[in-house]
Amino acid sequence: MALIDFFKKIEPSKDKRLLHTAYDAVFTFAFAPDEVTKNGVHIRDAVDLKRTMFQVVIALQLCYLFGTYNIGHQHFKALGMYPDLFQAFHLKLFYGLTKLLPLFIVTNVVGLGIEIFYAAKKGHSVEEGFLVTGALIPLIMPPDLPLWMLALSVAFAVILGKEAFGGTGMNIWNIALLSRVFVFFAYPLEISGDEVWVSGIESTKALSAVDYNWFHLNVLNPIFGWFGGSQFDTASRVLADGFTGATPLSLAYNGGWSAVTEHYSTGQMFWGTIPGSIGETSKPFILFGAIYLLVMKIGSWRIMLSMFIGAAICALLMNAWGATPFMTVPWYYQFYMGSFFFAMAFMATDPVTAASTSRGKLLYGFFIGFVGMIIRVINPAYPEGWMLSILLFNTFAPLFDHSVLQRNMAKRLKSA
Amino acid sequence: MSCFGQSGTGSTSFVGILLIVAALVAVFVLLLIADSIMRVEAKSQGFEEKEEEFSLIPSLKSIFQKRKPDHLVGKPTHMLTEGHDIVLEGEPHQHLLHAEVATFAVQPSNFRGIFPIPKLHVAVGDDVMAGDPLFYDKSTEHIKYVAPVSGEVVEINRGAKRSIAEIVILADKEQRYAEIPSFDYEKAERSELVRFIQAHGAWPLLRQRPYDVVADEAETPRDIFISTFDSAPAAPDSAYIIQGRERDFQAGINVLARLTDGKVYLGAKADEAVPAVFADAQNAEVHYFGGSHPVGNVGTQIHHIKPIGRDGVVWTLGVQDVLTLGALFTQRRYDASRTVAITGPCVDDAGYVKTFIGARVGDLLKSNIKEGCDNVRLISGDVLSGQQKSAEEYLDFHDDQVTVLEEGDSYEMFGWLSPFSVKPSVSPMVPSSIFSDVALAPSTNTNGERRAFVVTGQYEKVMPMDILLQHLIKATMANDIERMEGLGILEIIEEDVALPEFVCTSKMPLQEILRDGLDYMREQD
Repeated sequence: MALIDFFKKIEPSKDKRLLHTAYDAVFTFAFAPDEVTKNGVHIRDAVDLKRTMFQVVIALQLCYLFGTYNIGHQHFKALGMYPDLFQAFHLKLFYGLTKLLPLFIVTNVVGLGIEIFYAAKKGHSVEEGFLVTGALIPLIMPPDLPLWMLALSVAFAVILGKEAFGGTGMNIWNIALLSRVFVFFAYPLEISGDEVWVSGIESTKALSAVDYNWFHLNVLNPIFGWFGGSQFDTASRVLADGFTGATPLSLAYNGGWSAVTEHYSTGQMFWGTIPGSIGETSKPFILFGAIYLLVMKIGSWRIMLSMFIGAAICALLMNAWGATPFMTVPWYYQFYMGSFFFAMAFMATDPVTAASTSRGKLLYGFFIGFVGMIIRVINPAYPEGWMLSILLFNTFAPLFDHSVLQRNMAKRLKSA
Repeated sequence: MSCFGQSGTGSTSFVGILLIVAALVAVFVLLLIADSIMRVEAKSQGFEEKEEEFSLIPSLKSIFQKRKPDHLVGKPTHMLTEGHDIVLEGEPHQHLLHAEVATFAVQPSNFRGIFPIPKLHVAVGDDVMAGDPLFYDKSTEHIKYVAPVSGEVVEINRGAKRSIAEIVILADKEQRYAEIPSFDYEKAERSELVRFIQAHGAWPLLRQRPYDVVADEAETPRDIFISTFDSAPAAPDSAYIIQGRERDFQAGINVLARLTDGKVYLGAKADEAVPAVFADAQNAEVHYFGGSHPVGNVGTQIHHIKPIGRDGVVWTLGVQDVLTLGALFTQRRYDASRTVAITGPCVDDAGYVKTFIGARVGDLLKSNIKEGCDNVRLISGDVLSGQQKSAEEYLDFHDDQVTVLEEGDSYEMFGWLSPFSVKPSVSPMVPSSIFSDVALAPSTNTNGERRAFVVTGQYEKVMPMDILLQHLIKATMANDIERMEGLGILEIIEEDVALPEFVCTSKMPLQEILRDGLDYMREQD
């Protein structure tokens, strides 16, 4: 118990509120507190919010691993180098890390900083909501997003989306999506077009050279050289023949399924070796996370299932209508493209912003799936719908619950 | 252009599929109509069974419901799927322990609904016999609250605001009982019977819902409910307790049947052999209940037999309360004897003690605390809805269980994360919950700090009632009376939300919130 003595010794005085709140957050992370029950129940379930939230972070780990690697893989593939997945493993991994880690650190420093500030102001302890939000945000951003933009979007989402409503558990909209939608509407150029989804190629077009930074050249290169591996190389490069940074969705929007398969095989789309936001490309790894959440009984199977059904039905109707090339994409191929599964597993199931009754969840999921597919296929500006659809039905979730509550109340009053 | 061509052939086959689906839907709708006509017909013919039983299509509920045991076919049975059994170390074994209890107390605060400063009949130093009145509430003067044992009144302790906390009696070695005249409850008017019960101290045994208060003499209860088993952690076994008292029990039921215009309902266990005294009880309707805790809570049983609504009040009693009521007529004395289960992980020898209502907690446990348990919590009742007591305090009026467990006021390194900690849980996030049959010795640690509501749907999984508890609790916190009533607050009391409170990820004090809400509603009534 030496560590706890150490912790107790460095505990700052309670007058320094900001410092004490920060200390408390670290302390309760290291040690479960010694609080005991009062009257009411005398024993409590071993599960608390920290444990629950952390399971989501665990479920995201494979997406993190693969997303990191895929940043590097897409980068080199665009330059026509190392086209096989496992070629130059170390280069791809470390290139991905140098892109992902800054995003992750900025997200969490900004987000947690704001959380601690507000917690100190309110005299609360820091709540765990940001544990998950901070893990989700880097995964739904394009790899080359400028860090100041990221910081701004996180601050916007946490302050206006959450703290203004009273903190964790009180927010109406999904915080991670709110930060994404901020970038989407405030800096549309940075998050649309064909080049943003592949890291480090904008400069290539302009300068014909990849501007690897100091860290790549002076830290990583010597290390790789030491082990005799290949190194980052600043020689002029042109983009690979037939390269497009376009995501399958934008291809499908313009040319239907045949345009997609010209560039990507279904295998690539399934395994996720395609350009896109960092964490959303690999279906099997996302589904692994989804299954983990279901087994742990954190994610709602009702929302996941009904969202899938809603999207499938909508895609089927689109097939029947067939007015644009995108509508003719067979309904099951719609699921190969874009971030449907990521949104289904990690975004729609956020318990705070979703409907909270069983029946409400079924409706909520169904509508997200159905409307999201409409937005994806028909929206000319941006061929993906889950972000907007989830935020829209976050707004309406209380309405679904309300109808369920009214039914319950009506039944009770009738029988009386 | 080629993709448009493709879509042409694609959509013709698609239209075919749609037609087939449409045909299937049409057949299904026809089936539904036929089915509902049959159900309406069955209802108009006056069958008392539930409508569902005449349906061709099994309801989802009946598919996922646990199968009812064969020996209960034809009997009213309710198999509940929601709930959870917490298995505690220190379940009571069926043997009697010896314990010398010197003092007993009656605590006016146990009787919800009466004024906290009742009028006293006795003073310190008085000699009382078991059944002698101790005090009464000034608004209901003829309802007497009586001494459970004979002896000398040694203390009258006051609590906050001059309220009377406890009236302590030093018990005689040999019990002396106040004489009670014989009374023929079969022939007497209901009002005479009520007066008799009130005068001889058995009235406070009757608890009234909504609100869980002492029964209101001005109301005739719609029905009376008795749960004949307790499913709480390490709860006493009433089949063991009732041995030898069958006559008193039946007499109690007979009296209760006279007090209501409706029925006396007994809730019995579906998955085990039920003693004949319950199964073959006269003047009562036995309903069988299967499932996990809180299946034995009378609130759960009322909900499934005939829910409480605005149409009147119901009364509830515990098994041992019925015995006391019955003994008033069979043995002509106020018999406050209770078989109390001594339970919990910190008890050396878990078993039963024969004593009386309001026994001193420390005396019940003397030299029965396990070695190594230095810092223990004593609970009158079970771990979910009991009251914390010190060794010098007394068992509550309606309780027949003492639970002892260790206080959890210590830090645990990475306690929120560790997958190895062995603690009770309903969640697979705690791997030890896979072995749900293994008895555990939890402490009173909260295992986390209080948070706002985040997780949804977890209360409903352990609450076998059609109540949207999380929304009800939110409405209660907002004092939204219309919603509280609509969502069913009148159907429940603290013990009904105890298991949801246990599982709550946000560590909400549901029982406290509910009680505040119930008190608020009662004021408004």
